[in-house]
Amino acid sequence: MEIKKGIGVSPGVVISTAIVLDAEDLVIPKRYIDASAVDMELARFQDAVQRSGRELDDLRQAVTAKYGKEIGNIIEFHRGILADASVLAAVEKEIRQRRVTAEYAVSEVMRRYAANFQAMSDRYLSDRVKDIHDIERRILHNLVGAKEESLQSLTSDTVVVAHDLLPSQTASLDRLHVRGFATDVGGRTSHTAIVARALGIPAVVGLGNITAEVSGGDTLIIDGNRGVVIINPDPEQLTEYREYERKREQVERDLQSLRDLPAVTRDGHAISLQANIEFPAEIDDALPRGAEGIGLYRTEFLYLASETEPSEEDHYRAYADAMGRLKGKPLVIRTLDLGADKYTQARAASPERNPFLGDRSIRMCLHDIPMFKRQLRAIMRASVMGDLRIMFPLVTTLMELRQAKMVLSDVMEELEDEGVEFRRDIPVGVMIEVPSAALMANQFAKEVNFFSIGTNDLIQYTLAVDRTNEKVAGLFCPAHPAVLTLVRDVIRAAARNNISCSVCGEMAGEPIYALLLMGMGLTQFSMNSPDIPEVKKIIRLTTLEHARQVARKVMSFDSERQVMHYLREETRKIVPEVF
Amino acid sequence: MQFVDQANQFQSRIRVWCSGEQPGEADGKSVMQMIILAATEGTPMRIEADGPDAEQAVQKLVELVDSKFGEE
Repeated sequence: MEIKKGIGVSPGVVISTAIVLDAEDLVIPKRYIDASAVDMELARFQDAVQRSGRELDDLRQAVTAKYGKEIGNIIEFHRGILADASVLAAVEKEIRQRRVTAEYAVSEVMRRYAANFQAMSDRYLSDRVKDIHDIERRILHNLVGAKEESLQSLTSDTVVVAHDLLPSQTASLDRLHVRGFATDVGGRTSHTAIVARALGIPAVVGLGNITAEVSGGDTLIIDGNRGVVIINPDPEQLTEYREYERKREQVERDLQSLRDLPAVTRDGHAISLQANIEFPAEIDDALPRGAEGIGLYRTEFLYLASETEPSEEDHYRAYADAMGRLKGKPLVIRTLDLGADKYTQARAASPERNPFLGDRSIRMCLHDIPMFKRQLRAIMRASVMGDLRIMFPLVTTLMELRQAKMVLSDVMEELEDEGVEFRRDIPVGVMIEVPSAALMANQFAKEVNFFSIGTNDLIQYTLAVDRTNEKVAGLFCPAHPAVLTLVRDVIRAAARNNISCSVCGEMAGEPIYALLLMGMGLTQFSMNSPDIPEVKKIIRLTTLEHARQVARKVMSFDSERQVMHYLREETRKIVPEVF
Repeated sequence: MQFVDQANQFQSRIRVWCSGEQPGEADGKSVMQMIILAATEGTPMRIEADGPDAEQAVQKLVELVDSKFGEE
């Protein structure tokens, strides 16, 4: 039994058997297999060798035709090694005798050959190390690839353990049987997190080296609520988690009964609860949970889901789909908020030294106007279908906002010239998620129709904490008085300037902050839809007057611990079953 | 490669010894082992075969080496 702590990025708990996906381009960890799995690993290895051989045959033909026999000979050499009985026997022996995975056996045997080559004095021969690496990669690619394919047609429930899931891997997952994810790296906006939330299955990321610690067939408990993964739990833990799962289901059912009741305080103040989504299809889950609209539609998935940049039509199809499902309820589309991630870093001319302070989000859009315009055109075209609003992320200066609005009016002009219909008075808002914007909220409020406070980034930039870094993640806390002061001031600035303001960061969906945010004057919350019923329950059981008192008291504290402690107490008084 | 290809035409087990700077032995049918043996031009080597077509195998392989692999 072992407990690993990571970042819970998609809520829920699952107990299931693990499948481990190795990454072909990384060091493969030594992983032992059960004696009963030896034959299967041998078969996987032989299959991968055969596939690799076929690939090389095709490649040789193509290359020889194009570049002549010389180059073809290099491939011939690779082919020769794949057919080399002594090499194959060495790998098979490794699998049989040391009971390791085929992946590990291949990388281990190839590593030994490579070391042999490297030691040679003859230049021609020592250069052959590259060929050995090449062959190793090809076999590993086929081993890993075949395993990925097997994920398409699983016969029993399973959880996937990987270094980091790639879009190509998740695209073809068997959605019926994949019940959870656990990965070595990643954060809230990583691909794994996004897919897990969309599928509604628990996921924990940033676990360090879980791929090295789990073997295929191990039993895992993935607790997406607490960000914990338990490897081969003991019987007491299994019982505890089964009980916990059962209780959660009970609470869920109770909360469902709130679905059609309005989010109104006991003294008659209405609060609007909306949902955050990544895919239009999630709207169908959000509305039944009581969402009055979509307060944050993250559009990154359009970019992450495929290898190529989405076209205007790709955007339009997604937005039109969302509008159709909402039937007149509001939809706030956030323009592209990428950067500081794999997708953009892979495309960057040179890797950034500090991507979170780098070319991301609105900055990236303003550096690539044609790409930005494709998205804006699609949004404007969809704007005639209902209550659509547009929001710019990570704005730090007024100039950026003005530039973005200028691009938007360019787009409107183009559409007008083309005779395409759109809504000219579309509401435009900014996401307040950088301290500079929060401090200048009063000025920003005069140039936009609404604010949405993105607490995740606001906390990260205010407290200088990367919460995906486990060494400092503990410092990441919405209750820090500095963060609370910024949030309060932004809400006030919006009220003073008569524009609407919502909170769309995770803070909005955490029950313990509901009283505080209401007391600060917030009337719109946008959160992951599973959190809506709980927050609604708190709202319905309290009064605005009480919430104001709570907020006043909180603002007199000088440490996040005091704040958390007090809020937990106050919330427990209202909804004891939540904790 | 030519050597290994040729060796693989025969049923016999084929071993190759080489007594140059880094003496060693290899399976004559294994590309990997033969490369690691690093028998470059001028290295003395011994070819041994064991099996039904042993004699023929050694003869052919010696011919191939003597012809400098048909180069030049």
